[in-house]
Amino acid sequence: MNLKRRQRPGENVIQTLLFFAGFFSIFTTLGIVYELGKEAWLFFRLPEVNLWKFLTGTSWQPHINEFGILPLVSATLVTTAIAMAIAIPLGLAAAIYLSEYASKKTRNTLKPVLEILAGIPTIVYGYFALTFVTPLLRSIFGNNIVEIYNTGSAGLVMGILILPLIASISEDALNAVPRSLREAAYGLGATKLEVAIKIVLPAALSGIAAAVILGVSRAIGETMIVAVAAGAGPNFTLNPFQAAETMTGHIVRISGGDLSYDSIDYNSIFAIGLMLFFMTLTLNIISQRIVRRFREVYE
Amino acid sequence: MKNEENGKKGAESGFLLSNLPSRHRAGRAWQLVFLASTVIGILSLTALLLNILDSSFGFVILRAKTDPATFAVNGIPLEDQTKDQLVNLLQGKLSRGAYNKLENEQPFAGRSRAEVYGIVIERLVKYEVEETWSLWDSVTRSGEIRAYAAEQYPGDKLTFISWLTTDFVSRPQSSEAVTAGIRTAILGSLWTIFITILFAFPMGVGTAIYLEEYAADNWLNRLIRTNINNLAGVPSIIYGILGLAIFVRLMEKLTSGALFGLVDPTTANGRTILSAGLTLGLLVLPMIIINSQEAIRSVPQSLRKASYGLGATKWQTVWHHVLPNAVPGILTGTILAISRAIGETAPLVVIGASTAINMDPSGPFSKFTTLPIQIYQWTSRPQAEWRHLAASAIVVLLAMLLSLNAAAIILRNRFARKY
Repeated sequence: MNLKRRQRPGENVIQTLLFFAGFFSIFTTLGIVYELGKEAWLFFRLPEVNLWKFLTGTSWQPHINEFGILPLVSATLVTTAIAMAIAIPLGLAAAIYLSEYASKKTRNTLKPVLEILAGIPTIVYGYFALTFVTPLLRSIFGNNIVEIYNTGSAGLVMGILILPLIASISEDALNAVPRSLREAAYGLGATKLEVAIKIVLPAALSGIAAAVILGVSRAIGETMIVAVAAGAGPNFTLNPFQAAETMTGHIVRISGGDLSYDSIDYNSIFAIGLMLFFMTLTLNIISQRIVRRFREVYE
Repeated sequence: MKNEENGKKGAESGFLLSNLPSRHRAGRAWQLVFLASTVIGILSLTALLLNILDSSFGFVILRAKTDPATFAVNGIPLEDQTKDQLVNLLQGKLSRGAYNKLENEQPFAGRSRAEVYGIVIERLVKYEVEETWSLWDSVTRSGEIRAYAAEQYPGDKLTFISWLTTDFVSRPQSSEAVTAGIRTAILGSLWTIFITILFAFPMGVGTAIYLEEYAADNWLNRLIRTNINNLAGVPSIIYGILGLAIFVRLMEKLTSGALFGLVDPTTANGRTILSAGLTLGLLVLPMIIINSQEAIRSVPQSLRKASYGLGATKWQTVWHHVLPNAVPGILTGTILAISRAIGETAPLVVIGASTAINMDPSGPFSKFTTLPIQIYQWTSRPQAEWRHLAASAIVVLLAMLLSLNAAAIILRNRFARKY
């Protein structure tokens, strides 16, 4: 009887195919870095463009060869800041309510409803910002103060979009805190609020921090809400009632028409895209690090 | 001495007791704050949905360039005429060139009656929307609106319409709000998603199988895992830029169909359904991988051991035992990924979804528009009537997503196994 292991070429072929499927994702990343890098390099090599002016210039006017990215970055910062000012407190409060106060039944109905909010396409949020929130802001603050397109309404609606993301991930983190910690605090006479704020929240802080960073990264990369509601045309301002174009909004508007290859506009979207990619990548990596390094492991 | 100690203890417990009501009050107040935050989230969802429904119905004032009564044949009004009568009418009233152009785009024999009727309305009657009202206004201020319409627009038609009709879903795109429809956009979305699934599903499940069943714990596989997590966080617009550079430009010969000689090489370019589907495929790939990995991981080890024990090879184990048990989870994850792809707008705008398209897509090398792109286009127009159309298109889009999500939930509950 031959006990030698039988060669199975079919098995090897399948394993190789599966390996290539797995390796494909590396190609995607390399593709992103290579293409963004290459075209951005072509952009910065142009005589009209200068890296220092790109990073510090306060005017983005391609038709007169002014390429300062700060107006686009400032608009991105305004919308992101407003979104996070809405999403962090509300999302965290909702997470605490769902995890610490709500009955199991309430939680199991409310959490999916919040998750529906996260599943609605962002273009629908854009429509909502333009046709509901902007008129609302204009009726509150006055038509001459709030422009038809403004970063404020885009930021507010973006906050609503990110709220369920933060609520959902934070709720998971709060839920993962072991029951024994809560019981010990109750045993020492703490009230429910004190248990939630002073015991459970600090124990879940790493998960919550990761959720917040993920939310920021999502807000920076969010496109359709700002493309619809924040306005067209770069504007170096921090006023949330004025129109301004974010990095993502600019990319969408420029590439919306028939963009000819090798034009300066074509190259410029890759430079902006590269910047966007590194900003979100850094945030995502930090978020993953926080989860891995500061995760409290119980038992 | 003893008394003093007792006194101190008494003071402390008194202090605790006096403190307790205010601590409880704070607790109750904050509980309300937490509840309110949750409710705000749900109210926003409600406001969003109501806002869309509010725009989908309402009063409009329509002005006809030519009174439709003049097109009545033998006393049969326009809306009751047969398709042939309508075609005859078009032949008679349109210039020969305009008629032939329509015939060339798609022969009248092949068009539905609704479509021909749409052309008659669009080309001959030419309704124009003068003014519109939202549903809320139409219901609460209907008398006021009627009086206003009679005064400002005498002789024009004030009607309460639903912007969302079966005609709206079945008509192709048009430059007139009254005759515009979303059939082209829906078909474009379906074609794109079809390509996306074809590419991303086998690729994603293959990767998940590799990572969960085959990959050893070495630096390369750890790199692949980290990389997939990072890709999941890349903004969708970056995928659009990647698709523009790789699929639209670099692989133009392939994605335009010129390589296969299927299209006219002088007008073809890479901005096709194939490019869009592949771009969305890259976008949802990490999601499919991560969800499939979880599904495969939840298959208990004992199943694999039993299979090996009976002498099965690795692939036989995976194919006959692991995958069948992981299928519900994999499908649920894939459906969620697909509903993400259906709603995605930004990458498709970047790779250049055409907007003024009224021809149905005929294959992967067609120019295309999708439902979210159509919504974006209509929302961007300043006139109110397009906003109403955008709202109706959103209702259709949300209905599609809702049914997909419902399918995912049913699938999960039906096939969920507990070990």
